[in-house]
Amino acid sequence: MRVNVTVNGEQRQADDVWEGESLLFVLRERLGLPGSKNACEQGECGSCTVYLDDVPVCACLVAAGQAQDREVRTVEGLAEGDRLDPVQEAFVEAGAVQCGFCTPGLVVQAHDLLDRVPNPSDPEIREALAGNLCRCTGYEKVLDAVRLAASRR
Amino acid sequence: MTLTPTELTSAVPGGIGTSPQRPDGNLKVRGEFAYASDLWHEDMIWGATLRSPHPYARITSVDITEALKVPGVHAVLTHSDVPGRNLYGLEHKDQPVLAVDVVRYQGEPVALVGADHPETALRAMKKIVVTYDVLEPVVDMETAVDDTPLHPGGNLVRHVPIRRGSQDVTAEVVVSGRYEVGMQDQAFLGPESGLAVPATDGSIDLYIATQWLHVDRDQVAAALGLPLEQVRLTLSGVGGAFGGREDLSMQVHACLLALHTGKPVKMVYNREESFYGHVHRHPAVLYYEHGADRTGKLVYVRSKMYLDGGAYASSTPAVVANAATLGVGPYEVDNVTVDAYGVYTNNPPCGAMRGFGAVQAGFAYESQMDKLAEALGMSPVDVRIRNAMSEGSTMPTGQVVDSAAPVAQLLKLVQDKPLPAGTSTDIRELPGGVSNTTHGEGVVRGVGYAVGIKNICFSEGYDDYSTARVRVSMVNGELAAAVHTAACEVGQGLVTIMQQIVRTELGIERVTVLPMDTTIGNGGSTSASRQTYVTGGAVKAACALVKARLDGRADIGDEVIDETTEWRHRATEAIDPETGQGNAHVQYGFAAHRAVVDVDVDLGLVRVVALDCAQDVGKALNPQAVVGQIQGGSAQGLGLAVMEEIQTSGGKVRNPSFTDYLIPTVLDMPPMSIDVLELADPHAPYGIRGVGEPPTISSTPAIVAAIRAATGLALTRVPVRPEHLTGT
Repeated sequence: MRVNVTVNGEQRQADDVWEGESLLFVLRERLGLPGSKNACEQGECGSCTVYLDDVPVCACLVAAGQAQDREVRTVEGLAEGDRLDPVQEAFVEAGAVQCGFCTPGLVVQAHDLLDRVPNPSDPEIREALAGNLCRCTGYEKVLDAVRLAASRR
Repeated sequence: MTLTPTELTSAVPGGIGTSPQRPDGNLKVRGEFAYASDLWHEDMIWGATLRSPHPYARITSVDITEALKVPGVHAVLTHSDVPGRNLYGLEHKDQPVLAVDVVRYQGEPVALVGADHPETALRAMKKIVVTYDVLEPVVDMETAVDDTPLHPGGNLVRHVPIRRGSQDVTAEVVVSGRYEVGMQDQAFLGPESGLAVPATDGSIDLYIATQWLHVDRDQVAAALGLPLEQVRLTLSGVGGAFGGREDLSMQVHACLLALHTGKPVKMVYNREESFYGHVHRHPAVLYYEHGADRTGKLVYVRSKMYLDGGAYASSTPAVVANAATLGVGPYEVDNVTVDAYGVYTNNPPCGAMRGFGAVQAGFAYESQMDKLAEALGMSPVDVRIRNAMSEGSTMPTGQVVDSAAPVAQLLKLVQDKPLPAGTSTDIRELPGGVSNTTHGEGVVRGVGYAVGIKNICFSEGYDDYSTARVRVSMVNGELAAAVHTAACEVGQGLVTIMQQIVRTELGIERVTVLPMDTTIGNGGSTSASRQTYVTGGAVKAACALVKARLDGRADIGDEVIDETTEWRHRATEAIDPETGQGNAHVQYGFAAHRAVVDVDVDLGLVRVVALDCAQDVGKALNPQAVVGQIQGGSAQGLGLAVMEEIQTSGGKVRNPSFTDYLIPTVLDMPPMSIDVLELADPHAPYGIRGVGEPPTISSTPAIVAAIRAATGLALTRVPVRPEHLTGT
C-alpha cells in the first residue's frame, strides 16, 4: 500500500508498504528517519516516542496506515537547523546521554511535558517519563536535564 | 550507505578532571547518531535466525525446500553452509555457529534466512521443517556435574579452589546460610544488530555493535574460513552493552548470508530474540559459613558456590575465578576455604554482566555480614569496619593490596549522610505508587548497608593491552589532533575521555575521534571497567610520542605527526589450581551503599526511598561521567534486588519481553547522593581506578539488607519478590 504522511512539516510518501508495518518501521526503513528507536517494538520502552498530531505515541504501536494524512513529528524535527531545542541541549549538558538509545524517546516525551507543564515538580517529571526505559543513567541526570530545560524555556 | 559511523570532533577546552560535553551528544539528542540497527545500504536484504524451541534435543532432520520457494527469499543456510570452523567461544570453542545434530538451549540458532523484507524472512522461517528428538534437559546447577554430560569433557566448566591459612580452625560465633541469585539480563536497549557488506574480492565489512572488535573479528574469520585481513569490522553506534555484547550474536550469521548472496545483509533482533540472543548473568547458589570471635573479628570464611553457565562456556571460567578470589569480600580473613564451580546445563548460556562473578558472591557475603552482626549484637556498619581491608591487606589469594582500599571510610561516608524524611503521605512516594494500594498503612521502613570489591582489568596472567594512534596536523592555522583506537564506545563516554587526555597531554583543543575499527591494533575489551585505564593509558602513551616530535612547536606547517603505540598494565599471574594463590588481579575497586526502603508488608511491595553511594575512583577524569556510571550501576543493582530475573522452567525462558522482565523505571529509582573519593593508584594512568562495576555489587545487598531490617525476614534470594515478603 501507499502511505502519505506529513513528517516534520514535510509531505512524505512511502510505497510498497506491507500492511503489517508499523509507523516506526516506515519512519526508520522507508523514510530515512531512524532517530526514533527500536528498543522493544512492543510499547514498553518508549524509545520510539513521536508526536502523532501533537500527541506523543509509541510509533511501534501505530500501524503505518493509521498515520495516513496525519502529522508526525519525530526527534529529528525538534531542532531548528543547528540550534538544538532546549530539551536536547539540556540532555547533553546534564550528562543525561550515555549510550543514548533511550534519548530520542525521552527527549520527545520531556518536550511534550514542558509544553504542557512549564515548571513540573519532580513527581510530575517522574510520572511523565515513567514509560521511557533507560538502562545507563539510573535517571538522576535525566531528571537534572528536564529541570534544566524547564528553567530555560 | 546512507548512515555510517562518523568522525566525532569537538574543539573546546576540557582536559582531564573536567566534564566537557561528549562529542557524540548532539548527534544522539538529534536522533542522528548511527546505531547498528540504523544502518542501511542500497540493495540490502534482511537476515533472520531460526532458533530451537527446545532446551535439549537431537536434530534428526532439517528440510529447507519449502522455505527456499518463498518469493523474496535469497538464501536459507544451515550448518553445512559454514565454510570455516563451526565452533566459537570466548574461552572454549564449544558453541556452534549453527547447530549440527544437537541443540543445548532454547533459542540456539539452527538456520538462517536472507530475504527482501523482514516479514518475508519470518514467513520463510516458518516453512523450514526441523525434526527434533527431545531430550530431558539438565537444569540443576548443583547436580549438573553428575548429570548427563552435555559436552565431551563433562559438565564441569571450571572449579576454582581457594585455600588460605588453617582449614579446620573453629570460632566462637558461627553463622551460615544458603543464598540464591537469579539470572539477570543486561537489557541493553539497542538490540543486537549489524550490517555485513560483501566485497567483490570475497572479503567482507561488518558494521557492528560490540564490546571487542578484534576478538569478534578473529571468531568471524575462523567461522568464515577467511584470513583475518579479509574480515574488516567497524564499530557502529552501540546502544549499551553491560557485558552482553562480549560474545558473538549475529556477527557470523550476517556475514554468512552476505557472502552467500553477494548482497549487503542487515540483521536486527527484536526484544524477544535479544533475550535468546545474548548471554546473561550467571544465576548462582552459594553456601557460606562465617566464623568470628566475640569482638566481631572474622576468624574464617568457608564457601561453596555454584554458578550456572548454561549450555556453553562463554566467559564462565573467568566469572568463576572472580567469584572465588573475591568471595570473602573487602575484608581481612586469615583462614579461607572457597570452592567455586562453574557448570554446564541446558539453561540459557551465561557469561559477562557488569560485576562479573563479584555480584553473586557480594550478595551472599554481605548477607552473611549482616547475619554475623545480628548474632554478635553489633551494628552492620561496625562489624564491617571491624574487618575492613585497607592498603597493605592480604587477599585470600595471598595478593597484597598495594593501593588505596578505603573500605571503612566508604562505609562511614554513607553512614554519615543525612537520612531521608519519614514515610511520605503522598501516594506517589509510597510502595505501589499511583496504584493507590496504601496510604501508609502496613508500610515499614528499613535501612541497610553493603560494601563490595571488584577486580579492575583482565586478570590471571592475561596479556591485557590496548593500541592507540594519535595524529597531529595543522587545521585552519592551528594544531589539531585525531585519535584512533579499536576500543569500543558503548555509551560509557570513552570518546570524551580520549579527547580529554589528548587535550591534557598535548594542549590541543580540537580533537577528532576517528571511527573505531580493525584497521588499527587491538583495543582490548570494553569490560572489566578497563577502557579508561588501558586505552586511556595507550592514548596517553601515544601522546607522549607525539609530544616529543612536536618539540614545543605551535606550527608544524605541512608536517603530519602520526604515532601508534601499544600500552599494557602491569602483569598479573595465574592462580595456583590447587590453592588459588597468586597475584591474579591488577587493581581493586570499592564502593559502599546505604539503602533506605519502605515496604508494604501486606502486599509485599518495596519502594527504595534512597540509595546513596560512596566510591573511590582514584582520579575522576570526567566527574560527570563518573557519577553517571555510579548512578547507572546502582540502578542495575536495584533491579537485581527487587525485580529483575529471567525466569526459567525446565530450561525454557518464561519472560522474554520488557512486559515480563522488568527493569527499573524512573518511578522505581530514588534520588542517589554520590560521594566520590579520589585516592590515586600510583600504578595506574593518572591514578585512576575503574569505575563501572563496583556500584553494581554493593547496591543489591544494601537494598536487601534494608528490606530485612524493615521486615525481619531472612530473605536469602534475589530478586526479592512480593511472595517472599508476604509468605503467600
